[in-house]
Amino acid sequence: MTSLETAQEPQTLRRIAIEPVTRVEGHGKVTILLDENNRIHQVRLHIVEFRGFEAFIEGRPYWEIPVTVQRLCGICPVSHHLAAAKAMDIIAGYGPLTPTAEKLRRLLHYGQIVQSHALHFFHLASPDLLLGFESEVAKRNIIGVAAAFPDLAKQGVLTRKYGQEVIRHIVGKRIHGTGCIPGGMNKALTAAERDLLRGESERIVAWSREAVGLARRLHETQPEFYSRFGESRANMMGLVNADGALDFYHGGLRANDADGATIFDHVDYSTYPKLLREETKPWSYMKFPHIRSLGAEKGWYRVGPLARVQIADHLPSPQAEEERKTFRAAGGGKPVHGALFYHWARLIEMLCAAELLRDLLADPDIVGTDLMADKGPRREEGIGVIEAPRGTLIHHYRVDEDDLVTFCNLIVSTTNNNQAMNEAIRVVAGQFLDGRQVTEGLLNHIEVAIRAYDPCLSCATHALGEMPLEVELVDADGALVSRGRKD
Amino acid sequence: MNPTGPSKTPVKVRLATTSLAGCFGCHMSLLDIDERLFELAEIAEFDRTPLTDIKHCSPCDIALIEGGVCNAENVYVLRELRAKAKILVAVGACAINGGLPAMRNHLAIDDILRKVYDDPEREGTGVPNDPELPLPLDKVYPINEVVRVDYFLPGCPPSGDAIWKYLTDLILGRMPRLEPLAMHYD
Repeated sequence: MTSLETAQEPQTLRRIAIEPVTRVEGHGKVTILLDENNRIHQVRLHIVEFRGFEAFIEGRPYWEIPVTVQRLCGICPVSHHLAAAKAMDIIAGYGPLTPTAEKLRRLLHYGQIVQSHALHFFHLASPDLLLGFESEVAKRNIIGVAAAFPDLAKQGVLTRKYGQEVIRHIVGKRIHGTGCIPGGMNKALTAAERDLLRGESERIVAWSREAVGLARRLHETQPEFYSRFGESRANMMGLVNADGALDFYHGGLRANDADGATIFDHVDYSTYPKLLREETKPWSYMKFPHIRSLGAEKGWYRVGPLARVQIADHLPSPQAEEERKTFRAAGGGKPVHGALFYHWARLIEMLCAAELLRDLLADPDIVGTDLMADKGPRREEGIGVIEAPRGTLIHHYRVDEDDLVTFCNLIVSTTNNNQAMNEAIRVVAGQFLDGRQVTEGLLNHIEVAIRAYDPCLSCATHALGEMPLEVELVDADGALVSRGRKD
Repeated sequence: MNPTGPSKTPVKVRLATTSLAGCFGCHMSLLDIDERLFELAEIAEFDRTPLTDIKHCSPCDIALIEGGVCNAENVYVLRELRAKAKILVAVGACAINGGLPAMRNHLAIDDILRKVYDDPEREGTGVPNDPELPLPLDKVYPINEVVRVDYFLPGCPPSGDAIWKYLTDLILGRMPRLEPLAMHYD
């Protein structure tokens, strides 16, 4: 870790704030403390809002939750909808979903990955990458990109639109719809809707492939710059299926260290309290999780596209897998840790989701009408985990016999990336700002590093994970003596 | 540059947007106008919004506000936009009545904070209290309890079509009107 988290004598230093951080989703600010020679002493990304979502969810009926929690986030409401539904499938006592229900949920999820990744790359990040980090402020936005690269901007907007339309056809609305219910789905996809979506799916795959090519060419034009910008070596975590392939909807947790060696693999995600631990710091409402076995200093990690594309043994679709191999070759087969690699990895995932989506639309099950699983006895506790566009998302609930939620814990993707983002901006501050006269363009470098992570500060402000703590006392032979649990 | 300057370019309406205690869904719905975004750019230009890098608002014609008011910073930002904008629109459920975040209003804020952060078993420093963090308010307020609001556009979120109709009505000087189906919560 860098040493720029806390200055020794902050009262003697000059403060610069980037407030608000723009072209990200949600509210954040960065503060930088410098001395009279413009040497940097402290850099922090603050999450400035507190919502306490988990506290007011308590006492609500469980069947309401998949719809309520979507309001954590208007960018990836589907993520929260799905993670909560997966937890409530368990609580309501349902067995495995019907093939149609699971495929509809996956289709919904892939639609969201396409729209969210397109939004991030085209609407938010591309102005920096295509117009320049220090380009004119008034034009450094999607309208400026549209003026300079009209076809590309239009493809971006239409790719996002397609993802949003997939979502609308499944859950009724583009944002905050209702589709997943405990045990299945509430509506089938009609053949007419399927045909409509299918007609465009090949074009979205082609455009996504072009977008991956664009990201690759950006790296090829300035390989050293693109590799080193905001580079910070970190552990990586995400879900993989039994074959070791990336799976956005379901799988076991895998974590690798910065060199790619396994920390844990194929772990049942319902054991997450034993794997992860959170730390609080006085200067941010967002907590700092780490891998428990490694401690706070060494155990912080990154999630999201850059982690997923590098921990997976392969990607579940052919074109994306080809692109993954090219990506891995760019790092000489070793994991890469430069912040800007996130964009390249994200667009490979967009291609992957577009391919999976196209294939699902060709599957006859997708217009099936058997939507509900068989119901068994009610359960008290449920944990749902998915790979949201920004990374691993954990929802954990307990429900009492009156069907009311008694406990809710959410660890959102962006929270998982908290330390990694702070590290990235400290590295960038050291690379570009230290000892120099600070300008708007230089400050935008800090924001470029934050944007690379595609943080959803909206999610992060709502959800303030409250991790249940489990302590086990074992005797010298390793036998369990007692177990204590604190929620 | 000055949109009313002597050049031949048509006068564009200046548009600011912000998200206070909201989920960004209303902003996403604004982007759900899809390719009409480029049409909008023909008749309007963006001032401070999360989509541009303009951090503080200049005098502008229309401000769209998403989200309620949950902390001191929301109050400052909202007042700044009110002072700069000729027309201020409360967009979406949260700006209009606090929305889902206002579900915390029946709980005491200090209790929630302590519950979430003040855990002696957890590593760290308890409830965040750095001066860089704006003070949370006791409750989440609708924006019309803090500033004067000219128009209200309901929905959670209002659809892209609803935002497009409302905004173009305003820009073209018509009384904004929505069909009943375009105006609903869910």
